[in-house]
Amino acid sequence: MYKYFTGTISGTIVVLMTAVVAVLFYAGYPSLVVNGIGFFTGSVWRPTPPNARIITINGIETLSGSSYGVLVFAADTLVSSAIALTLAVPASLGIAIFLTQIAPRRIAASISFTLELLAGIPSVIYGFWGFLILSPFLLHVLEPFLAQHLSFIPFFAPLSTESPIQSPGLLAAGILLAIMVVPIISSISRDFMARTPIELREGAKALGLTRWEVTRSVVLPYAKTGIIGSIILGLGRALGETMAVAMVSGTAVQTLPTSLYFSVNTVASFMALKLGEVAGDPTGMYQAALMELAIVLLLITVTVNVIARLVVKQVFATSETVVRV
Amino acid sequence: MERSAVEGEADQTTSDRWVSIPSWRNRRVVSHYRRRRVEDRLVKITATVCLVVVLYPLADILYRFTYRGLLTISLPALTQVAGHGGLASDIVGTMLIAGLSAVVAVPIGVLGGLYLGEFSGRSRYAELVRFIADVMAGIPSIVLGYVGFLLFVQYFGWNLSALAGGLTLAILMLPYILRTTELSIRKVPLPIREAAEALGSTKTQLVNRLTFKLALPGILTGILLSVSIAMGETAPLLWTTGYSESYPCGLTGCSGGVGYLTRIFYDFLLNPTMEKQNLAYLSAFLLMSFAVGINVVARLGLRRMSKI
Repeated sequence: MYKYFTGTISGTIVVLMTAVVAVLFYAGYPSLVVNGIGFFTGSVWRPTPPNARIITINGIETLSGSSYGVLVFAADTLVSSAIALTLAVPASLGIAIFLTQIAPRRIAASISFTLELLAGIPSVIYGFWGFLILSPFLLHVLEPFLAQHLSFIPFFAPLSTESPIQSPGLLAAGILLAIMVVPIISSISRDFMARTPIELREGAKALGLTRWEVTRSVVLPYAKTGIIGSIILGLGRALGETMAVAMVSGTAVQTLPTSLYFSVNTVASFMALKLGEVAGDPTGMYQAALMELAIVLLLITVTVNVIARLVVKQVFATSETVVRV
Repeated sequence: MERSAVEGEADQTTSDRWVSIPSWRNRRVVSHYRRRRVEDRLVKITATVCLVVVLYPLADILYRFTYRGLLTISLPALTQVAGHGGLASDIVGTMLIAGLSAVVAVPIGVLGGLYLGEFSGRSRYAELVRFIADVMAGIPSIVLGYVGFLLFVQYFGWNLSALAGGLTLAILMLPYILRTTELSIRKVPLPIREAAEALGSTKTQLVNRLTFKLALPGILTGILLSVSIAMGETAPLLWTTGYSESYPCGLTGCSGGVGYLTRIFYDFLLNPTMEKQNLAYLSAFLLMSFAVGINVVARLGLRRMSKI
């Protein structure tokens, strides 16, 4: 009895997941039909053009002249997450190596504890910090410096001579996301590095290897799957992060992210800001398009998480780190 | 001196027969050794620098918000409703929403986790539930907010309300509670179970009197951490809870919705004024204290309570 009772209750989560997917597809259906493939290839997002009339396409009402293309948001999301991982992965691995191989046990324990605390701090607080401290610093100090001295690298070149920097957006979002995923990646990969059997490490040491050589040839290969899993989890978090990015992303300018100094609209932050505007479209197409955007984000993050799970089952089965991913 | 001479001799005699082992004195060995030592030192420095670089912004966040939060803290700011420039209604709203979500998610999560940890074994069904739970834990919170908006606000017609927000957060918390419960139940050692069965206890007795009790600290840790996650969320609440400047009037039907602490940042984002900035500092301080407090209690206090 007990078994069947609890078993039925655990099925709630399956029902909920089905409901989430079904509800989104139901609500996004008009947009899926009307916008078709143009939703993914278009880069113009103009839900309520001036002087629009209500027209009917395939039996579904929409506004004439309206256009829904998410290419820019998708590109912004991918690029900002890529910047975040580029910054966060080396730093996190450095921290994990420091914690497991270098630091004395007491110091390592307190730093690990601090990192776990930091993973629990609400993302809006990071966003608020990014808005107040990071963005002005980037806008007035770091980005002018980069634009002046590293202009030969693509992405770093100033936009134009009179206004070299438009907004701290993309770089700010990348750095902020990096700060937010470092606790995740470093604490999970530390767990896995710490599990390297002591015999292997001692054996390597007995052969005369230095600490770094032991790390490189024994610890890192042993923890490889865990590290990869933690990176994918960090990616999932960066892709779906909403408020922190919304707070630093800058004003809405729809251009593909070809420079660090553009403002960005990631899919998630855009969704957070725009649902209030759907009342401006009497046909409901605006809301349906946002729901399709939600489906896109859902599919991307679910795919990332499923890959993470297939690559490294034990990350999920044994990690004790509770993080909002 | 003596030893190195011996080593040098050994080197000469072995070199023509087997592999040559260069002596300690050999210049190549010495330079290799130096290079390896420098490399090791460099990595050590790099790793430490990584830590400092990352901890700097984090320390800055902790310090700044604690400092500015303490500066802005005052009796009116904590006791007045949002309409009169305080945070009292938001604090009450946050508690209400988080409490609601916990009331819904905890029973389902704990019982479901009990099934996964104790009864399921490796059945197909249990694997499916685990898989779905992991997938759900990865759904971005804004997507859940949209689902809550469609389902609770529009379809059920609850408008923007504490109930809609609370249930949305319950969906968000459920996978964590489920999985942490399962993990802590699995940690109960096998000998204890075997001893109980050898003494003739039924499975129900075993679960109720032993497994559950031993796993309780772990389960509570998971619940507390999920509540702390729920309290810090903004995105799922934006379009389900709405906002109000007075105290929550009930579960549904308050005009405009219910206030909550993280909302102030969203308002500040859309309309940055000095007054809002000060309230946001205070709100950041409160949220951070909640999060850190819950984490410390959960990770240190409960871990100590645990007998396994």
